[in-house]
Amino acid sequence: MFSELLIAVIASEGGGGGLLDVNPGLMIWTVVTFILLLLILKKIAWKPILEALDKREKEIKNSLEQAENAKDEARKILEENQANLAKAEEESKKIIEQSRTYAESLKEQMLKESKEQSKRLIDDAGDEIQRKKDAAFEELKEQIAELAVNAAERIMKENIDASKNKEIANKYLGEITKN
Amino acid sequence: MNADSISDTLTTVTDSLQQAGDTGSGWILHHVMDGKEIELPFLGYIHIPQLPLVFGIDVTPTKHVVFMIIAAVLVFLTFAAVARQYKSSLIPKRLSNFFEVMIVFVRDEIAEPTLGKAYPIYLPYLLTLFFFILFGNFLGLIPFSATFTSNIAVTAALAILSFLMIQLGGIRQNGLIGYLKGLVPHGIPLWLLPLMIPVEILGLFTKPFALAIRLFANMIAGHTVILALLGLIFFMGTIFIAPVSVAFAVFIYLLEILVSLIQAYIFTMLTSLFIGMAVHQEH
Repeated sequence: MFSELLIAVIASEGGGGGLLDVNPGLMIWTVVTFILLLLILKKIAWKPILEALDKREKEIKNSLEQAENAKDEARKILEENQANLAKAEEESKKIIEQSRTYAESLKEQMLKESKEQSKRLIDDAGDEIQRKKDAAFEELKEQIAELAVNAAERIMKENIDASKNKEIANKYLGEITKN
Repeated sequence: MNADSISDTLTTVTDSLQQAGDTGSGWILHHVMDGKEIELPFLGYIHIPQLPLVFGIDVTPTKHVVFMIIAAVLVFLTFAAVARQYKSSLIPKRLSNFFEVMIVFVRDEIAEPTLGKAYPIYLPYLLTLFFFILFGNFLGLIPFSATFTSNIAVTAALAILSFLMIQLGGIRQNGLIGYLKGLVPHGIPLWLLPLMIPVEILGLFTKPFALAIRLFANMIAGHTVILALLGLIFFMGTIFIAPVSVAFAVFIYLLEILVSLIQAYIFTMLTSLFIGMAVHQEH
């Protein structure tokens, strides 16, 4: 219907000039050629080409997504690693700090102990010395007294008796000790 | 060059023109119009044999039929090769790379924006239309060939096919009754309907009519202008006009390359747009 209308319109416009004459045979040829071409190409060309394009686009999209995912994953792992590293550093710092304080306290304690010990040793030694000194002094006193008595005896043998001389000697020795 | 020789030349030209056609521009028309003979370079003419009438219609192949079939075969060979390349590998090679650009252009710039989600159904038609017209337009630019897209019968036939696609697309999407109802815009007062219905029905037919005329006129205009420019040399009867004529003719020829691409695009684009309008009637 439409083609007839179109032909009628164009034929009336053309007025037999030739240029606008519509050749119905040519129209049939066109329709047949075009539809044949459409059917053949649809099966042979468009379907595989469009499918290939779709497939490739999907593949590119997928690979891009995968790459994006891998990048995210890598970033996550990197962040994790950095966090772990920071934690480890923190920990090691803490451990070092702890050991340092421990060592400090240990040192202090040991120092105190050794000081105490040395003080004790010194005190002991002082006491011992005092004791020994006292003992030695006592012995010395006796020996001196003995010596003095002997000496006085030897002197006095000549003139006075021994007991009176010993008393005198002890009195003198006592005075010496007090000094 | 004296006056006699000029008038002699003019007489010769006029005589040859008289032979070619009734009017002074007959030879141009003879060249751009369809005919029953094909001109071969340096070999003369091939006359196409007359076929018997089929249902009272003369279906004898004409010059334009021959070039139409050549174009169809070229399109077929080209895209069969492209398809073969895609089958072997998804990575486009030389030929497929070149045509992929156009295929993707038709898909992403023409079909998808105008048709929306329904575009894969109409894409083969649009692709075939685009490349058939494109190859036809370019084939016409080769010397000794004929531009079958500058024949009103061809463009009218293509427009009829587009018209059918538009109607079928609309009916397929909306149903026959829904489609016919949707032709008239919503919210029109009832008393306007007697006016609107004929206008809308007329609108259905003006779209493909404009398609046919646009392609036909654009394709015939360039050739006619080239021939007219070259014809100037003979009409003026002097060779000194030749550089100007040739320069302008080359310019028009280059313009025709552009027009070939644009017209193939426009025809496909408008068909797609009209199908889209029929499919999505609300907009």
